[in-house]
Amino acid sequence: MSDAALPQFRTDTAQKRDTRRVRGEGVVVQAVLITISLAFLALFLLLPLVSVFVEAGARGWTAYMAAVTEPDAVAAIHLTLLVAGIAVPFNVVVGIAAAWAIAKFAFRGKNLLISLIDLPFSVSPVISGLVFVLLFGAQGYFGAWLKAHDVQIIFALPGLVLATVFVTFPFVARELIPHMQSLGSADEEAALTLGASGWRTFLTITLPNVKWSLFYGVLLCNARAMGEFGAVAVVSGKIRGLTNTMPLHVEILYNEYMSAAAFAVASLLAGLALVTLALKTLLEWHYSDSIAASRRH
Amino acid sequence: MSVSVTIESIEKRFDAFAALRGVSLDIQPAELVALLGPSGSGKTTLLRLIAGLEQADQGRVLFGETDMRDLSLRDRRIGFVFQHYALFRTMTVGENVAFGLKSRPRGQRPDDAEIRKRVGDLLELVQLPGLDKRYPSQLSGGQRQRVALARALAIEPRVLLLDEPFGALDARVRKDLRAWLRDLHRRTGHTTVFVTHDQEEALELADRVAILNDGRIEQVGSADDVYDHPATPFVCEFLGEVNKLPVKVVGSQAFFGDRPVLGGLSQNQGGQAALYVRPQHLRIVDDLPLALPGVVEHLRRNGPLRRAEVAVQGLAKRLDVDLASQVAPAIGEHIRLRITHGSLFAAA
Ligand SMILES: Nc1ncnc2c1ncn2[C@@H]1O[C@H](COP(=O)(O)OP(=O)(O)OP(=O)(O)O)[C@@H](O)[C@H]1O
Ligand SMILES: [Mg+2]
Repeated sequence: MSDAALPQFRTDTAQKRDTRRVRGEGVVVQAVLITISLAFLALFLLLPLVSVFVEAGARGWTAYMAAVTEPDAVAAIHLTLLVAGIAVPFNVVVGIAAAWAIAKFAFRGKNLLISLIDLPFSVSPVISGLVFVLLFGAQGYFGAWLKAHDVQIIFALPGLVLATVFVTFPFVARELIPHMQSLGSADEEAALTLGASGWRTFLTITLPNVKWSLFYGVLLCNARAMGEFGAVAVVSGKIRGLTNTMPLHVEILYNEYMSAAAFAVASLLAGLALVTLALKTLLEWHYSDSIAASRRH
Repeated sequence: MSVSVTIESIEKRFDAFAALRGVSLDIQPAELVALLGPSGSGKTTLLRLIAGLEQADQGRVLFGETDMRDLSLRDRRIGFVFQHYALFRTMTVGENVAFGLKSRPRGQRPDDAEIRKRVGDLLELVQLPGLDKRYPSQLSGGQRQRVALARALAIEPRVLLLDEPFGALDARVRKDLRAWLRDLHRRTGHTTVFVTHDQEEALELADRVAILNDGRIEQVGSADDVYDHPATPFVCEFLGEVNKLPVKVVGSQAFFGDRPVLGGLSQNQGGQAALYVRPQHLRIVDDLPLALPGVVEHLRRNGPLRRAEVAVQGLAKRLDVDLASQVAPAIGEHIRLRITHGSLFAAA
């Protein structure tokens, strides 16, 4: 036993010595790199965020509350929650299905599907919005038919949801695909040979195996769904109290020189970003072991 | 409980690649059969086909009298132990073992107390009592292996299929588990097929060994059968070290050059042949007929055995000779070797 312990002890100290030497050589470089990164973070990320909250509170608490409880603002908050409430669950379901298909099956056109999933990331959001106007707008391909059947998509909730779904689709799928691929299908096959139905296998094996990736994906998807501006701006028509989401409302207020009100609503969005970040960090910190375990092996 | 498995001329292709080409195998109830073969020979593919995780292009698999295709995965009741265990990482050991029972349709599902008792019994059986609260990541490789086995046994399988059950373990643990599996099989009596590429493991454990090569079964037989009477040169070489001698068969004798080296041959095939002789089947003898003269060039140790390398005139490769309990010759000594057992294959 002591024989076995000895070489292990040696490697441990050898490793320590190595890291120390590597670090020792790089003290100056290290200091420079850390300073640069911290300065960048402070200047480009932290400062804007802080200024949002400072500007939001510039006119005092009552002005802040008035800005976020004013009817148009409340309508915008409602609409944002509604759009995200539809788009995120939809993308979760379709994202899981797409990730499942890609990770567990071999089929023709798989690579095409993988590229397609990334499409919304590589296309400018404005174009994503314009596509829907082209399809469903009054002059669009289906415009006449929709008008005849009295269905309104553009400048209404369906358009907002469609644009948001399009833009935020990749988040869940992209988080899941590499994880599911690395897990393979052995667990599912084991469950099936043990007599589990396909549905039970999915619920008790597949989903729990990827729950952390799924949670990350949902967090990011939700943050983007609530914050999306470009695509939504094109299909919204910006009808106050009707088709304005929070980001659009912020822009309108800002353009009308009501910057305190604009920053007040913006602070809610910034708050959402902070909560998302905090949740993600908390999860990583609190469950790092089980996350690592579910990714390992 | 246990059932026979009949594999009838199975063909399986992956795109253009033929992984199995006409494999047939009869497995008796309660038999322990090893599928042995080099990497890529189709062992895993055949095992997955028996389990129904892969579809055959041709041929069929019968359980008893039933065609497997008529049964759902659940009704096949196959205990499959995967090469890398495939334990459910989000579940405890206890939940892993209970999974099969809990997956049964409502009517056939035992109640919770019964399931708990069975899980306890099974963990006892695989010698892991009290570990049911642990997660798979908190177990050693050998322990995971046994949990995987307990999980497979929980559904009271009719057939147990093990894919390289000891593949990822070190030599010592392998040996321990081997004896343990043999014992477990004796007690539970499941029809069992296990895959291995370790000839020693196959020969020691199995009632019968099926040797696969390139998608075909080369030979099926007991350990003694396949080891002492290999049907093909491949089987002979795959099962252990062997010396090759080009010989000419005349009458009932095999001649190396003009010297008779093996007599009493029953099959009078005649002509050129290859004589395969294992190192332990070469004995140093005093002057006798049917002996092969040579010079000792090296002496070395091969595990518990000492081994001599003997140069023989007319043969490029030196012969390996095991010196079991014989007096070791000196290097440079002229000796005579007698072939006590050999396998003769017609020259290719
Ligand atoms: N899903 C697949 N798609 C394509 N080819 C496959 C697939 N599965 C197996 N093969 C091929 O079939 C052949 C047999 O594979 P198999 O896994 O049965 O080998 P094996 O005998 O189990 O080997 P090993 O000892 O390395 O596990 C291999 O050449 C392999 O590349
Ligand atoms: Mg294999």
